[in-house]
Amino acid sequence: MLGYNGKFLEVNLSNSSFKDTAVPEDWVKDYIGGRALAARIISDRLIYKWDTINPLGPENLLLFMPGPFTGYYPGGRTCVTGKSPQSNGMVGSTVGGEFGVELRCAGYDGIIVSGKAEKPVYLFIKDSDVELKDATRIWGKDCKQTEALLNKECRQILAERYPRGGVWKQPAKLYIGPAGERKVRPSVVVAKWTHAAGYGGYGAVMGSKNLKAIAVKGTGPLPEVADMEKVTQMIDEVCKGAYKNVLWRRWGTGGGGYNFGAETSSEPVRNWQEEWHDQKSYGVDQFENRVWVKPAWSDFGCPTNCLKISCIRSGKYKGAITDNPDYELQAFLGPNLGLFTPEENVYLSSLIEDLGLCGIQGGSVLGFAGELYQRGILTQTDLGGIDLRWGDAEAFATLARKIAYRDGIGDILAEGTYRAALTLGKLKGKNLLPFTITGKGISIGAHGLRSGRDFSREIGYACSVQGGDHTSQTDLPLDGWGSEIWTIFNDSAVMCIFTSFNISPTFRYDFYKAITGQSLTRNGWLVGGGFKALQIQRALLLLGGPDLTWNAAVDDDNPERFYEPLPTGPCKGQAVNRASVKQKVSKYYEQAGWDQKGMPTSELLRKLNLEYVDESLHKIR
Amino acid sequence: MLVPGTEFPHLCTQCEDYPCIKTCPFKALDVNEATSAVVVNIEKCTGCGKCIEACPGKVPFVHPKTNKILICDLCSGDPQCVKVCQEGGWNCLRMVERGDHEFKLFSRVPEETAKALATKLYGEKAEEFF
Repeated sequence: MLGYNGKFLEVNLSNSSFKDTAVPEDWVKDYIGGRALAARIISDRLIYKWDTINPLGPENLLLFMPGPFTGYYPGGRTCVTGKSPQSNGMVGSTVGGEFGVELRCAGYDGIIVSGKAEKPVYLFIKDSDVELKDATRIWGKDCKQTEALLNKECRQILAERYPRGGVWKQPAKLYIGPAGERKVRPSVVVAKWTHAAGYGGYGAVMGSKNLKAIAVKGTGPLPEVADMEKVTQMIDEVCKGAYKNVLWRRWGTGGGGYNFGAETSSEPVRNWQEEWHDQKSYGVDQFENRVWVKPAWSDFGCPTNCLKISCIRSGKYKGAITDNPDYELQAFLGPNLGLFTPEENVYLSSLIEDLGLCGIQGGSVLGFAGELYQRGILTQTDLGGIDLRWGDAEAFATLARKIAYRDGIGDILAEGTYRAALTLGKLKGKNLLPFTITGKGISIGAHGLRSGRDFSREIGYACSVQGGDHTSQTDLPLDGWGSEIWTIFNDSAVMCIFTSFNISPTFRYDFYKAITGQSLTRNGWLVGGGFKALQIQRALLLLGGPDLTWNAAVDDDNPERFYEPLPTGPCKGQAVNRASVKQKVSKYYEQAGWDQKGMPTSELLRKLNLEYVDESLHKIR
Repeated sequence: MLVPGTEFPHLCTQCEDYPCIKTCPFKALDVNEATSAVVVNIEKCTGCGKCIEACPGKVPFVHPKTNKILICDLCSGDPQCVKVCQEGGWNCLRMVERGDHEFKLFSRVPEETAKALATKLYGEKAEEFF
């Protein structure tokens, strides 16, 4: 099929075997790639025993899925997925960088990893030459060292094998840090130091498979497309649209550090006890003037360059390097911990990235611990001597290290906010869930609901099949623009949501047609691949297990905190209306074709030709 | 990008003395008088790789499919990379007159340039990345 290579690389780490597999063409037509196609593949293989599969066991699958847009559409991304150790469902998490582009140039549409290697390995792909290399030397290294060591080693291999190849560019890499190696649930799959597939916790899945990294170099062209002239012209259109976005190009999401606090009042402050601050010290101009060393950085083909590089060159936090930081890290490793200076934020962001922890999930668990300490539930002795006061960057840094290395209290917190609340709750004899701001085990992104001024919606997290994922929220009506069906398209194509501001919403379907030659309409996706992927992900989420399962009646809801009135700011006193949420959730069930228990109905699944999903759901109906 | 953040183009800088042309055993390389760019005569090129060795920046490479040497030919005087860079407003790539500058100075292996750029951006910390 045009726009695709027509083969996947299947890797079984248990017996070090590789093979090329094909995915049925009608799946590819229906689900296009990335998250949706992964949902079809993984459910086909694992749904029958889903509730017994340990996400951190060898039986889990780990998929690396670019989509038909990757490499062509400006700002290409790769979807990383599998059974999530955070939600026990399937979460499609996308990461920027050149990995997907190189993989498609190497001749693959994706990688499916199963099993577990005996000792640490990394996968090295040069076109169709695939091998597992010993990673003992790299295991244990932080992300910046890992990047350097892999670059050196891979380029040396390439230079030796292809002496006339000139000087090789670095291969594209995805890797994990010490947190992933220790199966810390809030850990990420990293690219280029600062990019990460965060939601879902796939760093821990890589770690559980003893897979430190994947490096790929593709020398072939991208798969042939249906109408190259049209594709070129459309790429140009996207770029021109992006160039008009002057402020976005200058500041990226970094403007949020002040805006989401002061203006929309939806930023986590001290573990969401407040959602408002008016700290001008946290304005993006302060970041630009004090810590940026490069004002424009982007991945291959990106016209937006919303990345900027920050580095602390002197003083207490010397040597800290990160990108912007982007808004989520600004929030979770800033106001969420009571910190309001660019330097402290860059220091913690750099550390979190070195450890391979997730900025959002990791920041959330740090904030959770901070609140327990504030309330006297966790003591200095519990924390191994840390005086975890709000606003103490060093204290939170020490705790982050403990989490990444599972040291002391870190071993409990390494299970993520929700699971840590259950364990600590038992130890302390208290219900600690009211202090967790999560959806289905996934900490909610830094866009609160109470002020109603942000893009997030009342049932955005409660009904999402990816829990607290702020990039995969949903809303009523299901066929409206706020619905999760469209985020499924983004994660399947796979495209970046920050390059397309000045493009019409239906542009993507024309682009899909220019690439693949297949026609697809908004409505086609709404009743086809997008809708089916939503049902599959919902089924997997409800099947859950083995350690946690979700009860839709209880868990299709917002965290308790969002029902408490905002204590400060322009929206003081506002809270989410519980009755309205209940009503909307049941309306959403209706529109999504789910029964009273929030489960996709048999009739619907059969109509969608998803009988196998229906059969697997029988045991929990 | 051997170190994240230090992207730069690694291309032919048109050395005044053209060591690649001098070294080619098959006389497959020539200078375009109008642009000073090195032009590869693919009929004569055998892909032996001698020019890679001769180049101070190790810029040429053998194309994996055609097995012939590839060197930037400045798009016959209208470099497309410069055009798109200007369109995007980055202003990193520009057309310049040859003048009296010593262009050979800029022909360097990527490790060297990356190290210098990383030091500029990250200070002492850059040493850990090489």
